[in-house]
Amino acid sequence: MKYVDEFRNNRVAQRLSEEIKSLARDREMTFMEVCGGHTIAIFKYGLRDFLPPGIHLISGPGCPVCVTPTGFIDRAVALSRRKEVIIATFGDMIRVPGSSSSLREEKAQGADVWVVYSAMDAIPVARDNPDKKVVFLGIGFETTAPTIAATILQADRLRLSNFFVLSTLKTMPNALKALLEGDDMGIQGFICPGHVSTITGLGIYEFIARDYGVPCVISGFEPTDILQTLYMLTRQVGDGVAKVESQYTRTVKREGNPLAQKTMMAVFEPCDMEWRGLGIIPGSGLKIRDEFVRFNALQHFDVEVEPTRQEPGCICGDVMRGAKTPLDCKLFKKTCTPANPAGACMVSEEGTCATYFKYT
Amino acid sequence: MCLAVPMKVIKIDGQDGLVEIGGVRGGVNLQLVENIKVGDYVIVHAGFAIEKLDEEEAQKTIAMFKEMERMASRC
Ligand code: SF4
Repeated sequence: MKYVDEFRNNRVAQRLSEEIKSLARDREMTFMEVCGGHTIAIFKYGLRDFLPPGIHLISGPGCPVCVTPTGFIDRAVALSRRKEVIIATFGDMIRVPGSSSSLREEKAQGADVWVVYSAMDAIPVARDNPDKKVVFLGIGFETTAPTIAATILQADRLRLSNFFVLSTLKTMPNALKALLEGDDMGIQGFICPGHVSTITGLGIYEFIARDYGVPCVISGFEPTDILQTLYMLTRQVGDGVAKVESQYTRTVKREGNPLAQKTMMAVFEPCDMEWRGLGIIPGSGLKIRDEFVRFNALQHFDVEVEPTRQEPGCICGDVMRGAKTPLDCKLFKKTCTPANPAGACMVSEEGTCATYFKYT
Repeated sequence: MCLAVPMKVIKIDGQDGLVEIGGVRGGVNLQLVENIKVGDYVIVHAGFAIEKLDEEEAQKTIAMFKEMERMASRC
């Protein structure tokens, strides 16, 4: 495949590995890969074997399904029990356990739950079912938010009165800040998410380098991309500097994608947001602007949501912060498996627990 | 949700595009990207193209990796 195979060359990987080793020597360094897509690539290609023993990689909170709090699932479950409601959602969400149920269980009991690939796919569902109310579950980061904004604008153009979004959309900068404020892992560099950065550009990480002295390198998703990123991070640490760099220059522009940013901000505004494992982080979410409030499921539906109950033993929250790994969890591979997940991190393919399950 | 592999645009009809990767084709919404032409490569996320691949930048990285490979085979 063009523009894929060129970045999967073992000889180049070996060469980068040697460079990293000679730069790092026997120093200890801890880097966090923020994005679940990077976690997958690191395990899939066995990239840890290319690193000297002193370089440690920890996984961060960049899997949208995983950081969705239980209370959000419970609200979606409560909505799905309404006769007039159709839930439209990205596929992974239906398997995430809520406090006492999941959308999959509700579907088996007769709830109308549709899996869609794109938010835009929920529009025809609303149009074709005028006597129903379609609620799309808006999860994701800066990458997904513009696609959901575009969908709300489309619903507005079509004057749909039976389309709603339940938003738990999140934004990265303040979450990374919260991670650094409570950091007991000693993060010395971030492998920054490639596709969030595609939308936002490099600017959102400047404060991390400047105020926290932590290097940030935006990375592509192929094995030599990630190794080159690790080389760049190791070099910054070795040189005692902290700056924002991009390895993924073929996709990420310095200023990001202004059209997508504009679309996103036309519909959403910043708000405080709850993250699984990180709690409520000020200014780390996106809510629908008043102008589009008629599409806001939170305003439109008055539902009773059950009190939140976490699966006893699940340490998903600590896994999301990078403080623990799935191997520290007593349920891992025992009662918690991808077929029968006890926590959100085992559900999504991008989840740290799911990745560990597959590759360790 | 995010396919990290660039897909080639093979047809454009207003805001709707058709993309292809390894013989598999799929629809894509093009409204978040500007100036896309047939033959361009795009990054697709949740059914939307979110950026056009900069082929010149891609070639620069590839050239650098080629150089590394050449150096690797010498030693
Ligand atoms: S293995 Fe399962 S129970 Fe343990 S932290 Fe991961 S998702 Fe939670």
